[in-house]
Amino acid sequence: MAVLVVADNDNAHLRDSTNKTVTAALAVSSDVDVLVMGQGAKAVADAAAKIEGVRKVLLAESADLGHAVAEAQAATVVGLMGGYDAVLVPATAGGKNFAPRVAAKLDVAIISDVLAIVSADTFTRPIYAGNALETVQSSDAKKVLTVRATAFKAAGEGGSASVESASAGADAAKTKFVSEEMVKSDRPELTAAKIVVSGGRAMGSAEEFHKVIEPLADKLGAAVGASRAAVDAGYAPNDYQVGQTGKVVAPELYIAIGISGAIQHLAGMKDSKVIVAINKDADAPIFQVADYGLVADYKNAVPELMDALTAIGK
Amino acid sequence: MKLLVPVKRVIDSNVKARVKPDQTGVDLANVKMAMNPFCEIAVEEAVRLKEKGVATEVVLVSIGPQQAQETIRTGLAMGGDRGILIVSDTDPEPLAVAKLLKAVVDEEKPDLVLMGKQAIDGDNNAVGQMLSALLDWPQATFASKVEISGGKAAVIREVDGGLQTVEVQLPAVITADLRLNEPRYASLPNIMKAKKKEIAMKTVADYGVDVAPRLKVLKVAEPAKRSAGVKLETAADLVGKLKNEAGVI
Repeated sequence: MAVLVVADNDNAHLRDSTNKTVTAALAVSSDVDVLVMGQGAKAVADAAAKIEGVRKVLLAESADLGHAVAEAQAATVVGLMGGYDAVLVPATAGGKNFAPRVAAKLDVAIISDVLAIVSADTFTRPIYAGNALETVQSSDAKKVLTVRATAFKAAGEGGSASVESASAGADAAKTKFVSEEMVKSDRPELTAAKIVVSGGRAMGSAEEFHKVIEPLADKLGAAVGASRAAVDAGYAPNDYQVGQTGKVVAPELYIAIGISGAIQHLAGMKDSKVIVAINKDADAPIFQVADYGLVADYKNAVPELMDALTAIGK
Repeated sequence: MKLLVPVKRVIDSNVKARVKPDQTGVDLANVKMAMNPFCEIAVEEAVRLKEKGVATEVVLVSIGPQQAQETIRTGLAMGGDRGILIVSDTDPEPLAVAKLLKAVVDEEKPDLVLMGKQAIDGDNNAVGQMLSALLDWPQATFASKVEISGGKAAVIREVDGGLQTVEVQLPAVITADLRLNEPRYASLPNIMKAKKKEIAMKTVADYGVDVAPRLKVLKVAEPAKRSAGVKLETAADLVGKLKNEAGVI
């Protein structure tokens, strides 16, 4: 049985979550193809062809696919599913937008946010904001999964799969893309970064967030994150939000500054390899998951941390 | 214009879910329940559209136990006009919920279905997309702004790395993200008024759709606990540990 992985891409770049989803797919079957949907996305397909373990790459292109219109994406995948027993989609906002449509069109269950492949029909996924893990066995002939990429290691490079074109699914054209406003940043992408520095409500203002969190992140080559409280208060933009309702990250190092550690935030970062918490409240729940804690006011601790990093040549 | 707003009764978002010792599920006995927060946002948006004169009727629908009447009453107190409860003793999977909602849509013929992007129990984030696919209506998920005019909805969506604006032709399905609005608290007079509003009682069998589960839950377990580490005295100690012990910088 062959399985299809849908590539996470922005028409120009292949995102790392694709490599991680390939790893998940290889636990289901050894015949793994990758579908790249976009417009002018040949470079993405070529990058996908280099992922180790990939049998072939399918490239479907259209204007609607270039704008990630869910109806067109779902129609494209459904059109290909005659040849596959399962489709695995990275569980990004984009993936979650169309994967359930694919499942509904195929009249099968959606299995969201898969954390572990137990067997070809049995999967583990989080429920209740990650406070419980559910293991489910699917009786459907075809499986539609979204995969939480941070739970899987990235498949390496070294493959040399062929690239074939596939037909783009037609959209009923009742949804029209109007415009897009992307946050421009030289920092690494939050879900792919090796180090993440996050700020919480203790920052008190957007200016303070900018002044405290960003220089530290830049010194470490880190991505910037925020707690929901900080985002809701307007200190940081929406897409910085780490947590159950925001992004789920699992970097090598996660530094939480002025973040108390609400359940919903912990659900988004507790799988990080090393967690550092800086908080002046010694009883803050964040310390219960932190490997290293500093009970200190960030106003003193962050400048000291910057100096200590400079001292070791950072 | 008629709006249909599906709402779900779930564990209160301030209560921590606890796994049953026999690993068959999450213990909901004697646990405080409430309307799913994303559903509340959808109800608020629907009521605001009615207050602006864009919508004429807001119909709430819930699938759940008898007690889900309370969830519908909450929405009626916020400003909904009437409710429909499809009584179900089991918690149907997203596909089954989408099929039941499609049957309700076929009967009610709303111009727009406005609903939460996900329920905080199953965390599937799927029903809106599935309903839209079954109806062949356009979808606009993860909405942070909705403007309706001329039979169309302009929706600002929260996407990876920023915001996207799409225009959907009505009828459509729109799912609400967190920042769409801040739901109101119902006033006491409105809570009293809501008691007199109509809730039509239905059963799953009334709709004749296949709601058989496709997934068998083998186990519900607690995630591995992370243990607390050490508290350090100075930032220099921290950098030393990160460099020499953890090797992450």
